[in-house]
Amino acid sequence: MKGARENPAAATAGAAGKSGASSVTTRAPGSIEVYREDFERKMSGPDWLRALRKEGMARFQTLGFPTTKNEDWHFTSVAPIAERTFRLAPLGVGGVKRADLARFDFGENGWHTLVFMNGAFSEELSSNAVLGNGVRVSSLAQAINSGTPSIERHLGKIAAFEQHTFTALNTAFISDGTYIELAADTVVEQPIHLVFVSEGEGVSHPRNLIVAGRHSRATVIESYVSLRDSGYFTNAVTEISLGEGAHLDHYKLQRESEKAFHVGTVQIREARDSQLHSFSLAVGGSLARTNIYTSLDGDAATCTLNGLYLTDGTQHVDNQTSIEHIAPNCPSHELYKGVLDGRSHGVFNGKVFVHPEAQKTDGKQSNNNLLLSPTARVDTKPQLEIFADDVKSTHGATVGRLDDVAMFYLNSRGIGPETARMLLTYAFAADVLETIPLVPLREQLERMVLARLADEV
Amino acid sequence: MLEINDLHAGIGDREILKGISLSVKAGEIHAVMGPNGSGKSTLAQVLAGNPSYEVTRGTVSYNGQNLLEMAPEVRAQNGIFLAFQYPVEIPGVSNAYFLRSAYNEIRKANGQEEVDPLEFLDLVEEKLKLVDMDETLLSRSVNHGFSGGEKKRNEIFQMAVLSPRLAILDETDSGLDIDALRIVAEGVNKLRSPENATIVVTHYQRLLNYIVPDYVHVLANGRIVKSGGKELALELEEKGYDWLQGAGAGAGAVA
Ligand SMILES: Nc1ncnc2c1ncn2[C@@H]1O[C@H](COP(=O)(O)OP(=O)(O)O)[C@@H](O)[C@H]1O
Ligand SMILES: [Mg+2]
Repeated sequence: MKGARENPAAATAGAAGKSGASSVTTRAPGSIEVYREDFERKMSGPDWLRALRKEGMARFQTLGFPTTKNEDWHFTSVAPIAERTFRLAPLGVGGVKRADLARFDFGENGWHTLVFMNGAFSEELSSNAVLGNGVRVSSLAQAINSGTPSIERHLGKIAAFEQHTFTALNTAFISDGTYIELAADTVVEQPIHLVFVSEGEGVSHPRNLIVAGRHSRATVIESYVSLRDSGYFTNAVTEISLGEGAHLDHYKLQRESEKAFHVGTVQIREARDSQLHSFSLAVGGSLARTNIYTSLDGDAATCTLNGLYLTDGTQHVDNQTSIEHIAPNCPSHELYKGVLDGRSHGVFNGKVFVHPEAQKTDGKQSNNNLLLSPTARVDTKPQLEIFADDVKSTHGATVGRLDDVAMFYLNSRGIGPETARMLLTYAFAADVLETIPLVPLREQLERMVLARLADEV
Repeated sequence: MLEINDLHAGIGDREILKGISLSVKAGEIHAVMGPNGSGKSTLAQVLAGNPSYEVTRGTVSYNGQNLLEMAPEVRAQNGIFLAFQYPVEIPGVSNAYFLRSAYNEIRKANGQEEVDPLEFLDLVEEKLKLVDMDETLLSRSVNHGFSGGEKKRNEIFQMAVLSPRLAILDETDSGLDIDALRIVAEGVNKLRSPENATIVVTHYQRLLNYIVPDYVHVLANGRIVKSGGKELALELEEKGYDWLQGAGAGAGAVA
């Protein structure tokens, strides 16, 4: 398959992606200038950080917001974000109590939890668990202030912003988020939960950095949530460096308000023998985009990228993943499922690049979608580009509706259409939830999915 | 219990049932036989309310109610059960969860209290024995990856749990070896009572050695061409269906 380039047409009619488009930009009058103004008002931090932020701002201004002519944004118009003016959200939100956040804790109030209100760390809402030696968890702002050298080494080095406007924008506004550092051989049993709570009509740019040393192991959950139904914009970036043999279970749970805008990028670099298990849930937002990008840099590194998106109403939820097979002998597995109702629109774009050196790559990818209403829509575009000869790779995308025969079978047993619909939909989503190794989280998500489906009927 | 009168039904423009009349009383077992493609499954599916078939003429009353106006789940809640010729696989839904949902929906519709998973397990244990079904099939997805025989047993097991008033068994014997056949037949016979009725749809006579019918009807080309007692089944076994094709065309037979 040397040099083979596979770019199958998307599974819905007329949805074939046009490749090779340059990033043509629109400049909504005013909106970029507003970001510029806020950027200049908020300049602080050490020199290296100022320089990085300036680079981010410059790149953001050059790139502007992508249009649908940009291959990466073919099915998603960001006009609703570009045309609005989002001021930096006010720091901190008064009146929120720990009890208000209990519904986001998976029934596990003992977990180490960092809470951010509109992007800023809140000491009083956070809670500490005993994590043991060799692990450091703090707000990014504190870690920068105390002059942690490894931050300068990694920040902005993993999440590329040459071509990624939202990452450039986030970089321009780096101020707070989470910093996690795992020393070599450190195993953290307790999950670390990061909760980003947003409110109001402003924008926040959470930035997280996870540096996992050799053979370390941890579980990190990022929850993006809201207590009220407001139209804010979250533009988050997480950078992850996995050292040799490190193992990270990473969860990104996007449960934003249904009026909110969300762009979240998780970008990972994996050294040899490291393992990434990523699960991405997307249920909230009026316009939401999640990017999970990993690079298998070292021999026998592995990744599993799984995800589930449930959409309804007029939601637009886009998931993009990218797996760069740089080194040989790396298996990658990917399963994304989507359940789309109402007039919602889902997008899946899964890229797998197998570089010339990446012999013995074993890549499996599938994306399955279930349309619950005649007006729901999904565009799915698996995209494989293989430049090595000794490669095993399979991919598949499906778009289907509930099976009439199964429906009748359930009805014929006394189960009415509403319950039957819920059962069949849940069954569709169940296998991807079953891949979640963290039991309390899996069970909570199963309940949440069931409750959401029950709500809809 | 069931009165079918001049029933016509089909799919799209194609008429499959061309005037069926049949009367089934409580306590009776009726066998519906006939060659492949004669419309046996269509009749069974129409009685269970499969919406892909359209009824174009005729009436069906069930305990005095207009059956054709009842949604499939309402039919089931009123005691109708169809053992499918081709049981449907539902990956991701466990057999136990599925059957408990069905059981509880039927109870709810009849003003009875729902049972919890533990009570339900107690209740099904004895029914599992009745059809000699392995308990592990409970935790597996409905019919998913089941062998042909396991699927058929699972249908009878469901029937045993839901205890219908009118059971329709569509080719439950096909694909079963003689031991399995005997077990399934025993299951059906144990559930027999003066209040219940059963319609056994089959291509072969052999099941009727174990489930002895009160009446036998022969379906050919969408019509009942002959009705009789249990001896009719033996006659069919001997002579095949050919001598009946065309005979009695147009004459609806009433048992
Ligand atoms: N869903 C269907 N779509 C199209 N034709 C059908 C369908 N179901 C049954 N038929 C046709 O109707 C006729 C009767 O089928 P069926 O009721 O399955 O017969 P039997 O069960 O007696 O073998 C056959 O010719 C069959 O092809
Ligand atoms: Mg049949």
